Amino acid sequence: MSQIQHAVPDGPIRYTQICTRSSSCSSPQTSSSAAAAGTEPPSCPGHRGRTPRRKWQVFPGRNRFYCDGRVMMARQTGVFYLTLVLIILTSGLFFAFDCPYLASNLSPAIPAVGAVLFIFVMGMLLRASFSDPGVLPRATPDEAADLERQIDSTGCSKPPPRTREVLINGQTVKLKYCFTCKIFRPPRASHCSLCDNCVERFDHHCPWVGNCVGRRNYRFFYFFILSLSFLTIFIFAFVITHVVLTSMFDSFTALRTILEVVVCFFSVWSIVGLSGFHTYLISSNQTTNEDIKGTWSRKEGKDNYNPYSYGNVLTNCCTALCGPLPPSLIDRRGLIQADTPQTAPQSNGTGGGGSYAPTQLHSHMVGGYHPGRLQHGGGTSCQLCCFHAAKISVCTVW
Amino acid sequence: MKNAGLRCFLYSINEQIRALAGSHPKSVLTGFKCVQTHSLQDLQQPAVSSKVFVQRDYSSGTICKFQTKFPSELESRMDKQQFEETMQTLNNLYAEAEKIGGKSYLEGFLACLTAYTIFLCMETHYEKVLKKIARYIKDQNEKIYAPRGLLLTDPIERGLRVVEITIFEDRSVGSGR
Repeated sequence: MSQIQHAVPDGPIRYTQICTRSSSCSSPQTSSSAAAAGTEPPSCPGHRGRTPRRKWQVFPGRNRFYCDGRVMMARQTGVFYLTLVLIILTSGLFFAFDCPYLASNLSPAIPAVGAVLFIFVMGMLLRASFSDPGVLPRATPDEAADLERQIDSTGCSKPPPRTREVLINGQTVKLKYCFTCKIFRPPRASHCSLCDNCVERFDHHCPWVGNCVGRRNYRFFYFFILSLSFLTIFIFAFVITHVVLTSMFDSFTALRTILEVVVCFFSVWSIVGLSGFHTYLISSNQTTNEDIKGTWSRKEGKDNYNPYSYGNVLTNCCTALCGPLPPSLIDRRGLIQADTPQTAPQSNGTGGGGSYAPTQLHSHMVGGYHPGRLQHGGGTSCQLCCFHAAKISVCTVW
Repeated sequence: MKNAGLRCFLYSINEQIRALAGSHPKSVLTGFKCVQTHSLQDLQQPAVSSKVFVQRDYSSGTICKFQTKFPSELESRMDKQQFEETMQTLNNLYAEAEKIGGKSYLEGFLACLTAYTIFLCMETHYEKVLKKIARYIKDQNEKIYAPRGLLLTDPIERGLRVVEITIFEDRSVGSGR
């Protein structure tokens, strides 16, 4: 009883300390320097600076997070910086040296269109690189145990089969069991070995973008390569035009021109080709993964067709590019609470439905019985967030 | 997991106190303090619970849909009809979230034109429906599941993989004083 009386003013601080003790990652020393501020209401007295950690800090995959969990990328980002340098350098040279001549001698619309294209390219690149591609959170221990029980009960032979067959639109699709994430992967999902995550509608891991390309960022990736194709063709064409019109060569001009032409030439062949390939994939509603493996290609003696295609090129395109954007299933910026189920080796917050603007979502989200106060977007667990004091007693009782 | 035993009981108290004390966190805490002694005395033994997981149904493709088959563990607790109705409504709501049609195309097109900055100011259709789903689950828990010692967990908390139903052992958890 006295414990309760003491606990109430300290409330969440003591609670966090006790209830995350099983987590290998939670440690008091990190929270004092944690920038995850604003987690406790200022009215809570006795606050000792031990702020609860956010879920991205204990995320089990091999990802990097920036801006307090708002930005999510793969571990190796070197090639992404190269992409940025190439685009900015080439465009910068174009705007600085070619555009003044072209604007005055041809049309001021040229730099304007170039600027719009450049901004769109950068926007789509950053969006594709920084967003969650559709990572599936790993199973909670209870779920994993339940699945194990089911698997063991079905098979008589050892080892028991770890695949499930599903009939989708008349096609038999095999669902594989992921040993890392301890789930049966949904159709079209795949486990990325570089990021160590299962990703929904996995297309490929793109080092140029520094992230996986999956369900949630495929359209950004596609718009990026499409607009980059236009930008490179645009710059290539107008650099050549400038050179032809001026026919004045000093060494600096020659050097600059050669650089722009070489970059654009190789980019045109590779990027335009890639855009064409992805246009084909979108129109047939396939992923790069499926195309490479030949999953839906015609096989002898088998009636093989793509069960996900809508049968119509226009519908396939519209769905892929303008369809509803699903929210992130990993609640990166949610706070770790004791009643959030942890995965076995490391604690991992389970899906809590963040979005690209997670702070906005959390304050309005489902469990927002305490708007503005609650960071965790959960449903039933949030209902008890009032009862921190009771939970402390619960934790000590059992 | 043992917390879950307290959770269901406290859930009903939570709502009563909220109604009495308003939604101010402090007043809720204060209001609850006086009830704590009762809850601790009542729940000296943990309410042992087990969990049932309703998996996804992929027969219609990759859309979010859960199996409506009635789990055998719930046979003693509730009506098959009610369970199937809950699952069907959930499936319909998720179908509404992922529905492709004029409205979603318009939203996608506008978003593309604004370079997706429009979502900094407004919610996507999917997010709006997720809120609706959460309200529905809360409502179902209050009316149907909590009185039977069950608790539905919102699938979004489990990454839309499963619908987790927690079963509490029948202790005298009915009355909230």
